[in-house]
Amino acid sequence: MTTGILHRGEIVQDEWAVLEDGRTESDAAGGKVIVTLARWRAEREALLARHAVVGVLVPNTADIEAVHPEIADRELIALQFPAFADGRALSQAVVLRKRLGFRGELRAVGDVIRDLVFWLGRCGFDSIVPRKDQNLQACREALNELTVAYQAAADEHTPIWVRRRGRAAVVH
Amino acid sequence: MYRYDDIDRALVTQRVEQFRDQTRRYLAGELTEDEFRPLRLRNGLYQQRFAPMLRISVPYGLLESAQLRKMAHIVRKYDKGYGHFTTRQNIQLNWPKLEQVPDLLGELAEVQLHGIQACGNDTRNITADYLAGVAADEHTDPRPYCELLRQYVTLHPEFYWLPRKFKFGFTGAAVDRAATRTNDVAVHLVRRPDGAIGYRFFVGGGLGRQPMLGQEMNPFVPESDLLRYSCAILRTFNRFGRRDNIHKARIKIVLREWGIERFRAAIEEEYAKINASVEGDELLLLPEDIERVRGHFTAPAYEAAAQAGADVAGLTARDPGFAAWVKRNVRAHKVPGYKVVFVSLKAPDHVPGDCTAEHFEALADICDGYSFGELRSTYDQNLVLADVAERDLYEVWRKLDAVKLATPNIGLVTDIVSCPGLDFCGLANAGSIGVAQDIYRRFDTLDAQYEIGAIRITISGCMNGCGHHSVGHIGILGVDKHGEEWYQVTLGGSPGNDAAIGERIGRALARDEIADGVERLIRGYLELRCDEDETFIECYRRIGMAPFKALLYVNESEAAAA
Repeated sequence: MTTGILHRGEIVQDEWAVLEDGRTESDAAGGKVIVTLARWRAEREALLARHAVVGVLVPNTADIEAVHPEIADRELIALQFPAFADGRALSQAVVLRKRLGFRGELRAVGDVIRDLVFWLGRCGFDSIVPRKDQNLQACREALNELTVAYQAAADEHTPIWVRRRGRAAVVH
Repeated sequence: MYRYDDIDRALVTQRVEQFRDQTRRYLAGELTEDEFRPLRLRNGLYQQRFAPMLRISVPYGLLESAQLRKMAHIVRKYDKGYGHFTTRQNIQLNWPKLEQVPDLLGELAEVQLHGIQACGNDTRNITADYLAGVAADEHTDPRPYCELLRQYVTLHPEFYWLPRKFKFGFTGAAVDRAATRTNDVAVHLVRRPDGAIGYRFFVGGGLGRQPMLGQEMNPFVPESDLLRYSCAILRTFNRFGRRDNIHKARIKIVLREWGIERFRAAIEEEYAKINASVEGDELLLLPEDIERVRGHFTAPAYEAAAQAGADVAGLTARDPGFAAWVKRNVRAHKVPGYKVVFVSLKAPDHVPGDCTAEHFEALADICDGYSFGELRSTYDQNLVLADVAERDLYEVWRKLDAVKLATPNIGLVTDIVSCPGLDFCGLANAGSIGVAQDIYRRFDTLDAQYEIGAIRITISGCMNGCGHHSVGHIGILGVDKHGEEWYQVTLGGSPGNDAAIGERIGRALARDEIADGVERLIRGYLELRCDEDETFIECYRRIGMAPFKALLYVNESEAAAA
């Protein structure tokens, strides 16, 4: 069974399956599984032997810089939103992208509602798994809810103070 | 005054449409109450006792006449004909209807006003010295820096869902008029002997439960690094602020739990990492960036002989009403011939901070005619006309007096700071407006007020402390005891350079005792002071709590035990 998710702005069927702690077999067609950080640490070799590709789910309380060496080579890192208004994983994402240079897939999971999606996109998440009851098409549109921004996050925006450098000075 | 360009305008306009859609989805049942709450809070909309409250951000307290006229229109069309100025220099509306709020915000956006991040767990409106640009004791105008930071923190994707509200306060003067250290972050502009500008950062202030003053983090962050250092603080807070208990979620709790050394080390480490990465390059402000924004805050076209023809001395001799007003509500200006005029929002029988549609209109006309079209809101819930020529003082007084905005009581016992309290607020435990008015009536004569001199009375209807009771010389906190309104009194608080958190004096007083009690404290002070120049706070600091405790609980054995 697959689920629709957002991936780089498009609605796609998810290729990844979450491998619950304690389970060994996944039903992911491509053999792509996501395991918890604790399990990754405990069973790294066994997991790599059994599954084609292994992604890691990092709790939002983890020190992402300390954890990074263990997960830097992963194809996917999933970050958690236990509640949509809990923004800790946003800082993890920005640090992963901008400071640690993580280039793999960065995924948001948990209590992801449509009204969080815009902020996720700006913080460098390239795959977003909305909560089950959310309308995927609406979530996709929310990625571009606002087209102007003052800051550079982990997206394509240029900081406002840099953008204005090319402009004429203020005239009163 | 900062002027929006096309980018700023696009941002607030798109924001209104985003909220319009969120409101529509909420009303259609597509968003739950719990989901909608954080969204509406981030647009300034708070659920109060009887109706939603809309808080409108007034960046660093600066308003212009077109905004005032728009406010007059807004409060008539969407509210009951008045708004309320807060201790964070903002304006609150008490009676908007949820369905109409998107339209209301759309109208505000036409004049550069909005409710973005006015409430909610995000970076709130940045406050600053209300005399910025005109005070003689100012070495650096803080407003360009406030504006740069305002843009940086507005809709910041990483810091949009913080553990709790987060407040910045700025000053660039010798006297702290912005209660900066009551903020999560206080930024004091610093100018070194070699002329280099930088920032002295304090972190960890906050009122409400467990009030604390900000502690010094870094004595000199270079001018280019305002956003870098702010990013380091915000990220540290976003990562480590507690999310398990709303009452322990402010950054001051992280500071308290860690201790200042560990806390400072964490922020400095994050700052160093930012500086060493691509983020540091992006966040670095170049001199031209600061210059560009400084260009929005240039001095108005002052006249060389603005006092010519002014006969302030003669008019004060002839008109005692004008004389009293000049004495209390008119202050020095750094430019010869100009004065700073305070507009008192503390008239008798007036709710502290309230401003009617007629007031907004009259103020728009007065500031257009006499103060270069601008007005400021103050930390004390009053207003300021910052640039009035001396020769216009009499006319300005007459026009303000005609709309009851010339009560000569700035900084006196009737200049009471008060939150809306139980009359409006859903959080309040007790009324504050009625208490303010009762105390006011005890000292209604000007002679009594001048005799007492400078004193700060502050009233909050609950622990959250919007009325800044913790930093009042006499602070009054409303508490609920078995469904009745009671009031705890603290003494010795101060928000300024001598910032201090007030100390609780003893048991709470009942609603019918509180005004009597405060009156006894103040009349007693007149007996206790060493001379007429010793203010209430100076007297308290000299003689301590005990004599005041005896005054407050005069009829009780508690006094004997003290």
